[in-house]
Amino acid sequence: MAIAVHHISKRFGGFTALDDVSLDVPAGSLTALLGPSGSGKSTLLRVIAGLEQPDTGEVLILEEPATRLAPQQRGVGFVFQHYAAFKHMTVWENVAFGLKIRKRPKQEIRERVQHLLALVQLQGMAERYPAQLSGGQRQRMALARALAVEPKVLLLDEPFGALDARVREELRAWLRRLHDEVQVTTILVTHDQEEAMEVADTIVVMNQGRIEQTGTPRDLYEHPANPFVMGFIGQVNKFGESFIRPHDVVIHPRYDGALEEATIERLLYLGFEVRVDLVLADGQRLWAQVTREEAERLELQQGQRVGLDLSRRRGFVMVNDLRPPAAGPVWDADHSAAGRGLA
Amino acid sequence: MSTRIAARTIALGYLALLIALPVGLVVWRTFEHGLAPVWTTMTQPDALHAFWLTVMIVLITVPLNTLFGVLCALALVRHHFPGKSILNAIIDLPVAISPVVVGLALFIVYGRRGWFGDWLLAHGMRVLFAVPGMILATIFVSLPFVVREVVPVLREIGTEQEQAAQTLGATPLQIFWRVTLPSIRAGVTYGVVLTTARALGEFGAVSIVSGRLSGQTETLTLYVQERFEQFDLTGAYTASLVLALLALATVVGMNAFKSKGAV
Repeated sequence: MAIAVHHISKRFGGFTALDDVSLDVPAGSLTALLGPSGSGKSTLLRVIAGLEQPDTGEVLILEEPATRLAPQQRGVGFVFQHYAAFKHMTVWENVAFGLKIRKRPKQEIRERVQHLLALVQLQGMAERYPAQLSGGQRQRMALARALAVEPKVLLLDEPFGALDARVREELRAWLRRLHDEVQVTTILVTHDQEEAMEVADTIVVMNQGRIEQTGTPRDLYEHPANPFVMGFIGQVNKFGESFIRPHDVVIHPRYDGALEEATIERLLYLGFEVRVDLVLADGQRLWAQVTREEAERLELQQGQRVGLDLSRRRGFVMVNDLRPPAAGPVWDADHSAAGRGLA
Repeated sequence: MSTRIAARTIALGYLALLIALPVGLVVWRTFEHGLAPVWTTMTQPDALHAFWLTVMIVLITVPLNTLFGVLCALALVRHHFPGKSILNAIIDLPVAISPVVVGLALFIVYGRRGWFGDWLLAHGMRVLFAVPGMILATIFVSLPFVVREVVPVLREIGTEQEQAAQTLGATPLQIFWRVTLPSIRAGVTYGVVLTTARALGEFGAVSIVSGRLSGQTETLTLYVQERFEQFDLTGAYTASLVLALLALATVVGMNAFKSKGAV
């Protein structure tokens, strides 16, 4: 394991930021820590970097105990949400900083900085100051600066959080390519599930200082361990005590006894997909996601009465303190016999 | 349009009347009788002594207060410790208290029958009516400027740059010299300018603790007062002009330092 975290807990005054968290990150992977704000994901990253001291627990980097090491000695590269660029230094000096600290020969510094600036596509910008760069350029500079010292692991704390949507999307794709090229073990903290799904091999879903579930993006989407994960990764409707994805709601143009009866409240055309807002006979609301073609084939109309097939919903058995069970979903409607007897 | 012109006229007129006119008059009066008397006055032993004493006091006071100011600002912004709010309040005392009171306070501590006065005197250390007392008084009155200028800048830059430097392997000392100090340079510079101006111009406190012995414990400000009282107006004007030039040199010099490096 490139990074191993054992039973880490951290409190800030009365607030529990991390509650007995353990995690293994395999070498060369790109792992996303995903969760809402206050879930402890950034604190966990900072504990790994040594920027926070855990109250209890242990951090290992490349199998070496690191809990008591200063950040300087851990060999981690850290990228901050707000870039943390050295404002009084040029791009070149920013990237060279770690190498100069290590007193590397001038020639080596020059070559390495040039190589890194090319890698992050900032060749022509070497003499500029951070204030003269766009947000995306600043963050690429920060990444080059972190990579310059050849870190054992790269830690990214909401690296695209301060950027606008279009730049964010570009940088995501770019980061993925960069990771395939550089192959350094990377942990990315984000609250954006789309970002995590798109970039990471493994996603660690965090909530209230604990890890809810760890798995590949597909795993988490298809087999969420609990309602929190299901709701956080992808969209979800609550139906009684169970949950269903909007694209799993199947609409039939005519209502019959085997189906749930509903009325189309509103139709929203969002390009390729159509969002159908529905009200059930008992007043519950949910929405379905269908393709444009499907909506046209079914001739869906506002105010129309339709039947809903909700057999692909899933339920979770909750332990009484609302903690998710250790195992996966207790039942999975689409895996049981057509969901009979589940209502 | 006309309001803008009016505003500009009022601002410039105000400056001219209150600042440019008196300063200009000092310059004019200094050279009223040509260069020769100015030169003779300024090269008198007492005048030269006052000049060098002032420069020496500034050169001792300003570095000490700058060092203390930066360390104190770092402590106030970056650390939590018991008594922090008391320290924060005490730092402002020198600007709140009249310099005359400062002078008297030093008298109580270092004077004969004062707390340390007799003991220091017995060990051959003269504080009052001597240069050490004048330095102490100047340090006292010019203490808060660097702290007050640096604290808001430190707050604004935050700790992320320093943390980034940490993860890149920089030691605390390297972080201070390469990251923190360059980031707060503008604040330090302005604090130094204010400290220097205050140290150059200090009159009240120094006047009390110095004893005002001509050629021994007389700074330029005291010298101006003394010349004025002796009806030597050329001497008073000349010394005033030198004081003004020293202040100007400080401002110009520090501005050059501030603009080194970009944004």
